[in-house]
Amino acid sequence: MNSLGAEIWQAVVVCFAAVFTNNILLSYFLGMCPFTAVSREVRTAGGLGAAVVFVMTFTCILNWMAYRYVLVPLHLEFFRFILFIIIIAAFVQLVEMLIDRFSPALYQSLGIFLPLITVNCAILGASLFMIIREYSLIVTIGYGFGSGVGWLLAILAMAGIRQRFNESRVPEGLRGPGITLIIAGLMALAFIGFTGVLS
Amino acid sequence: MVIEIFTLVLIVSTIAAALAALLVVSEHFISNYGPCQLTINEERKLTVQGGRSLLSTLQEQKIFIPSACGGRGTCGVCKVKVLDGGGAVLPTETPFLTKEDLQEGVRLSCQVKIRKDMAIEIPRALFQIRQFKCRCSRIEDLTYDMKRFHFELVNPDTIQFVAGQYVQLKCPKYKGNNEEVYRAYSIASDPKENQAIDLIIRRAPKGICTTWCFDYLKEGDPVEITGPYGEFHLSDTQAPMVFVAGGSGMAPFVSILWHMKNTASKREAVYFFGGNSARDLCLSEQMEQFSRDLPTFTFVPVVAKPEPESGWKGQTGLVTEAVSRHYKDLSGHEGYLCGSPGMIDAAIAVFEGLGMTAGKIYYDKFV
Repeated sequence: MNSLGAEIWQAVVVCFAAVFTNNILLSYFLGMCPFTAVSREVRTAGGLGAAVVFVMTFTCILNWMAYRYVLVPLHLEFFRFILFIIIIAAFVQLVEMLIDRFSPALYQSLGIFLPLITVNCAILGASLFMIIREYSLIVTIGYGFGSGVGWLLAILAMAGIRQRFNESRVPEGLRGPGITLIIAGLMALAFIGFTGVLS
Repeated sequence: MVIEIFTLVLIVSTIAAALAALLVVSEHFISNYGPCQLTINEERKLTVQGGRSLLSTLQEQKIFIPSACGGRGTCGVCKVKVLDGGGAVLPTETPFLTKEDLQEGVRLSCQVKIRKDMAIEIPRALFQIRQFKCRCSRIEDLTYDMKRFHFELVNPDTIQFVAGQYVQLKCPKYKGNNEEVYRAYSIASDPKENQAIDLIIRRAPKGICTTWCFDYLKEGDPVEITGPYGEFHLSDTQAPMVFVAGGSGMAPFVSILWHMKNTASKREAVYFFGGNSARDLCLSEQMEQFSRDLPTFTFVPVVAKPEPESGWKGQTGLVTEAVSRHYKDLSGHEGYLCGSPGMIDAAIAVFEGLGMTAGKIYYDKFV
């Protein structure tokens, strides 16, 4: 009982760490492609972010189980990359169906970036990190959810900044992805401020 | 080693199969919208299977909404008024909808998916639109890059159309084209002749449908068309008219001239037909015949850059320049235009410059 409590506490700590100190986007720079492309509007960015949280949490759990109960007993650990991607792809399909059903407008505005969550390296990255760091299942849940929320937070902040940016005069050569990457860099610097808050 | 590879393949296949089964089952539950009731113009009620686009569902019900791109959301032609049940306007539609469209609930029927009971309003004329199975019985060369196709109607075997309207030709899959598409072509035949139609088609570089018509379609082949569509036709007034066309823009005017001949029209009409060189001109004999049959009709072919060897003696320059040479004042005239968007915009500017009111200019732009 005691160890379960300790594990839950660890999961909470890992979760917060994944949101702030080890933000998957701003510390590891994973998932940059949709981050720059879908961050023009807060609403759409929020939708994609929510989809990423959902996909990341559940694929981390599924991948953890597939790794622990299938790959490890059969000594096929080297095969995890391909297996993880298959599981992620199937799961994204499911999310796609759900969004098409319940929010057609969001489905259309996410466009190609919804199926592209499949190849969002942040999602595969989270699954691989949890294996490398040897997290238990409960900690993995916290880690997957935290990483997703961290990504959501980053893209929401970016979309908010870019929306305010609409009226400002950006030098022509920097418009679009250029200024977005500079903002991302500044945000990453700001997030360094969280270093050491949680260990 | 062999055993390892074998288990690996087995594991992957099992997991992939399980996931695929899961997806099929969830699709059955999530993407199943069940039967929906579709009310058209508050009178016709249809029960249709939900989950597909309004355009294709209506097509299945033999109601043909005009669409030039075949449902990909790029032409903006398939507009339909959705009174109820359409959901929010999608970002893929907004570029094609005006402010008035948005207020009236006009949507692109290829983008709206039927998810629940829906009420729509479509012009009554669209109910007249049928699908015709035809046989291509004759193909003639008009110029080096234009052909006239004669389609005999098989089922149904007659068509009622107004001179100036167009049909959509179904271009099937062929080597190099892996989807069925529909393309619009004006009817170029006598509206009284209701058992066959002519289309005049100009070869477009890399055009999906024109490539099929020029390289694959043979005399005797079956073809499928839907129609007639379009609001391009003569007005009911007696005002004198100016026709301007280029290339295969000739087509609707052939039909319109037949109609004028059939009704022994006394309306004054001058038809400016433009080509880049003398070899772009076509149907000169038929136009001369119309000039003889219709005393108030004049045909003016215009060649932009006549080759010296062609011995061209007619008008030269752009077709719009010929119009401004011919007229000083067009304030009482009506203008009819068919051709490329560039030519039409240029002609509208010339017409308006000569005093023609914008409401009296009718046109059929190529898309």
